[in-house]
This record gives sequence, C-alpha cells and structure tokens, in this order.
Amino acid sequence: MLNIIWLGMIVVALIFGVINGRLPDVIAAVPGSAKYAIEIAIGMTGIMCFWLGLMRIGQEGGLIHILARWMRPLLTRLFPEVPADHPAMGSILLNMTANLLGLNNAATPFGLQAMTDLQTLNKYPGTATNAMCTFLAINTSHIQLVPATAFALLIAAGAKNPTTIIFTGLVATACSMTAAIIVVKILEKLPNFRIKTGDVANEQHESS
Amino acid sequence: MSSMSLVSGIANGIFLLLVVGIPLFGYLRKVPVYDTFVVGAKDGIKLMLKLIPYFVGMLVAIGMLRASGAFELIAKWLAPVLDKVGFPAEVLPLALMRPFSGQASNAITAELIHTHGGDAFISQLAATIMGSTETTFYVIAVYFGSVQIRKTRHAIPAGLCAELVGVIASFMICSWVFLR
Repeated sequence: MLNIIWLGMIVVALIFGVINGRLPDVIAAVPGSAKYAIEIAIGMTGIMCFWLGLMRIGQEGGLIHILARWMRPLLTRLFPEVPADHPAMGSILLNMTANLLGLNNAATPFGLQAMTDLQTLNKYPGTATNAMCTFLAINTSHIQLVPATAFALLIAAGAKNPTTIIFTGLVATACSMTAAIIVVKILEKLPNFRIKTGDVANEQHESS
Repeated sequence: MSSMSLVSGIANGIFLLLVVGIPLFGYLRKVPVYDTFVVGAKDGIKLMLKLIPYFVGMLVAIGMLRASGAFELIAKWLAPVLDKVGFPAEVLPLALMRPFSGQASNAITAELIHTHGGDAFISQLAATIMGSTETTFYVIAVYFGSVQIRKTRHAIPAGLCAELVGVIASFMICSWVFLR
C-alpha cells in the first residue's frame, strides 16, 4: 500500500504543480527535501542514541518489566498475540507514556524499539502483525496531556484561556483513539487484510 | 504567562525524572549503568542508518506535495461543501497535510493562530486538531521501515480512520466549547 501512496504523492504533486503553475517549486523541493531528510536523520541520531541507551539501562534493571506488569490487564487485551512478559510490552508502554507526556524525541526511539521487539514475534518477517497494526493505530491517535507546541503558539497570539485546548484535545483524542482501536480490531479480521500463506516465500529474497 | 510556565515546568520535570530516575534506578538494581548505556546507544546509530532511505523517500514526496500547493487548491474546491456544516475552510489544508508532515502542519497551525489570534475559533480548532492527530503516513513508513515490513495490511486504513475521527471530534468539541 505504501508503494501506491508514495507514487500517488509524487504524481499528485506533479499534476497540482502544473495546475497551480508551481512546477519550478516542485522541482526545487526534490534536492531540498533530500538534504533536509539527511539533516533530520543526523540531527535525530544523538537524542536517539541517548534514549536507547537509557532504555537499555531500564531494561537491564527490570524497570520495563515492572511497568509492563502494572499495565498487564490493559496491554494483554490490546495485544493478545504478545506474551504478557515479553519485552515488547515494556517498550510499547514507554512509547505510550512518552507520547502522553509530549516527549516526542523519546517517543520515537521507544516506538522503534517496540517495533523491533514485536518483530521478534513475527512469523512472516516482511508482513505486519496484528499487534504492530494495533500499536501503530494507537500511536497515531495518542492522547497528549500537554500539547506544548500548540499551547506556546496560542499564548504567543494572546489567547486568554489557552488551557482550554487541553480539555478539547483530550476529548478529541479519546474519540480518535477509541475509533482507532475499534477499527483496527475489525479490519484485522477482514479477508483482505488477513496474512496470506504465500507471504513467507515472498520475503525470502528480499531480506536485507 | 503563568499557565505556560506551569506546562513547561511539568514537561521539564518529567523529562528530568526520566533522565535522572532511570540511571538511578538501574544503579540501585546493580546495573553497570554507563556500560549498559553505551551498548544501548550503539543501537541508535544502526537504527538511524537503516532509517535514512525511508526518511529520504518520504520527505522528498512530502516536500513535492507541499510545494505543489495541492492541499490549498483542494481546500478551495471543498470550501462550499464545508461551509454548510460550519467547518472553517481555512483549517482544511491543515487536516489534509497532517497525516503527511508534522513540520508542515505545525507551520500551517502557527500561521492560522498568528493570523486569527489566540482566542479565535479557527485557532482553537487548529490547535485541538494538532493535539489529537498524528503524521500517520510518516509514522507508518518509518516504523515499518525500521523492521523492513513491506506488507502493511490494515495499518494505513486504521490510522486514517483515527485521523478522520480526530478531526471531526475536534470540530464538534470545539464548536460546543467555543461557539455556544
């Protein structure tokens, strides 16, 4: 599906670039964005290493296990395929916590660690598991207690009650997260999205 | 300014709690903290190297899309329809851009809030949408990329559903709170 979406983005950009007369901008965006991608990657590496280092300490010390045990009733319902004491549960929980607190630079390393941990349970390495899809659906609709960026913008623009958006944000996220969980659990049962038996053979020559 | 300093105070406090608390906890559990930290941090470099191709692919496509002005034009076409339900057309480019790029949607939000003022319905709606949605395509591409997953199954439809519900719910709750 990402193949189609990626191609679609480029084709749509081209078409609208012509319609809007902004084709030169579209062309200029190619080297500019490629450079920006490397800048982001390099800029992120330091903090990524830092959080993964901290996380390793938490893992060795058993912190992740302790956290996961507290949340076991919730996590085992959301991720029935993942054993309750698997490290993935801990990294999923850390990612959710970081998202909840708005610690974006921590959420990404924790989330990527969670994907790595979930991948160890994957019988079809090139195909997403139900747990991965559920994790991503929750991740893309996460509740954020402190929407710091929006908050700062509103205050800078002279808002009288900027704290109101904490309430509206919580209500809206609760709706989107509920929808995400319901939809992901329904979709995983549909024949279109089921794992096909041919998936294993397909992946053999693609492993890098 | 006091509520702002409270919010950033809480965020900084939690940040420090993690940065100091995790190594302290590890030390109390007899973990060789620095050695362990270095082992974990090494994974960060490997992970980043693996992710660079996905970053380049996604960010170039997003950059082209942004430069083409597609979302602004689509928003203009849809404005009459949105007017009927009271959804401000100015916010639509934000809702369309949001699944692709956090940086671009942040820029749109900043501009909307700057233009309309902090107390305007449009500003509050934009801020609520930013808080309740995510950069779905970007997250899915990067997260799946990190473990070389090519068949994403139902992840994208589910993520987009959540996104749509987030925008609609933001609109409804903001209408209720700010327009009564």
